[in-house]
Amino acid sequence: MTAKVVTVTSGKGGVGKTTAVANIAVALAAKGQKVVCVDGDIGLRNLDVVMGLENRIVYDLVDVIEGRCRLRQAMIHDKRLPELYLIPAAQTRDKTAVSPSDMVLLCNELRLECDWVLVDSPAGIERGFHNAIAGADKIIVMTNPEISAVRDADRVIGLVEAAEKGSPELVVNRLNLAMVKRGDMLSVDDILDLLAIELIGIVPEDESVIVASNRGAPLTLDAKSKAGQAFQNIARRLMGEEVPFLELDTQGLWQRLLGRK
Amino acid sequence: MSKAASLVDIKGIRDGLLVKLGEAPWPDLQTALVNAIDERQAFFKGAHLALDVGSQVLHVAELAALRELLSERGIFLWAVLSDSPITEQTAQNLGLATRISKPRPAEVRQAAESVAGEMALWLSHTLRSGTRIEFPGSVVVMGDVNPGAEIVAGGSIVVWGRLRGVVHAGAQGDANAMVCALELSPTQLRIAGEIAVSPKRKGKVQPEIARLQDGVLVAEPWRA
Repeated sequence: MTAKVVTVTSGKGGVGKTTAVANIAVALAAKGQKVVCVDGDIGLRNLDVVMGLENRIVYDLVDVIEGRCRLRQAMIHDKRLPELYLIPAAQTRDKTAVSPSDMVLLCNELRLECDWVLVDSPAGIERGFHNAIAGADKIIVMTNPEISAVRDADRVIGLVEAAEKGSPELVVNRLNLAMVKRGDMLSVDDILDLLAIELIGIVPEDESVIVASNRGAPLTLDAKSKAGQAFQNIARRLMGEEVPFLELDTQGLWQRLLGRK
Repeated sequence: MSKAASLVDIKGIRDGLLVKLGEAPWPDLQTALVNAIDERQAFFKGAHLALDVGSQVLHVAELAALRELLSERGIFLWAVLSDSPITEQTAQNLGLATRISKPRPAEVRQAAESVAGEMALWLSHTLRSGTRIEFPGSVVVMGDVNPGAEIVAGGSIVVWGRLRGVVHAGAQGDANAMVCALELSPTQLRIAGEIAVSPKRKGKVQPEIARLQDGVLVAEPWRA
């Protein structure tokens, strides 16, 4: 097996990187892929909580890098899906415990173990960010439809290009269509106009995401959730399928509904 | 050893160590620097290092590799000084400083004199947020200048794209400098000593040119 290493990053905090990693991982694993998630946010770990695996942590990323355990020992198996694993971050250390070359070695070792490695990047553009993108084959930049988040995404895209990692792909998270219609929120087109990179997903705002994160049960598999479907579509696009964008599909319906009012 | 030593000049400054590299191909310089460090590990351990690479043109891969080599030796590279705008931009892209404490006015002025009036820096890509371009001559950008990006030019600035960042033309006082763009909506526009922000746009977007007229910044449609 030769896995693809995908890093999700954003610059700005709180745009939904961790939720996206958990949900895309679940969606890929549900399609029979072997997936390993790596939490790159050393010192501020969250991915284990969102995935509901916090109470099963024995070893973490820093233990692997410092040689206190084997790679396999740090891979926590998610029992809900046959082939989903998490390597948690260390909570008692900070970003300097890992170097970009450590991450490259780790990613190369993981490549032989699975189909997908998803790395959750910390916010910011410092050491943690450089660690998270070091081993990546593909980088996904997340943003919210807010000027500040888009500005930070632009900066991060510049840094990714400067690191000679190719052009990243974009996910717009927490889009509120009604607000876009009223002209109170940036549209996806506005964002693409500035960032000028390939779009790989549009995730609508959905309260159930928060509920699911708090429960530690990613909602990707919930057929009723629009956000869950959007994450599934991102997973399918990663696997090379052509999937039409959720929102662009429903726009006709929205227009009709609003037009009748 | 004596050759290697002459390539690497080390001195202490207020913010740590300043290492000045001589003229040689980059791989030789890098080896000389690493050797100099390995010979005196205790001295260098934990050091804050600023590196003056002279006119050396460095790309991201080279500078990133060097930073990695230094960090493995417990040395923190925080600044790269260079006369080459390409190297400066590389350093900025990697989040490194490109000057130590004070700007170097004497050298900037000297560089400005050495650039002929017709000399321009050609940038064939979009400048994203966080990029800062400084050049003593004119600057031409084939692409957009996004909000959060900055251009400071001794001469004029031409943007074949949308200009939404901060630009300063005629930074050394040239009142004849101008700024033109296919879409001129900068966060802030400066020519010589004058500063303006773009007014709210009315009507359709068209190429515009901004210049100083009787000490006032004026923007008008860009016609050949």
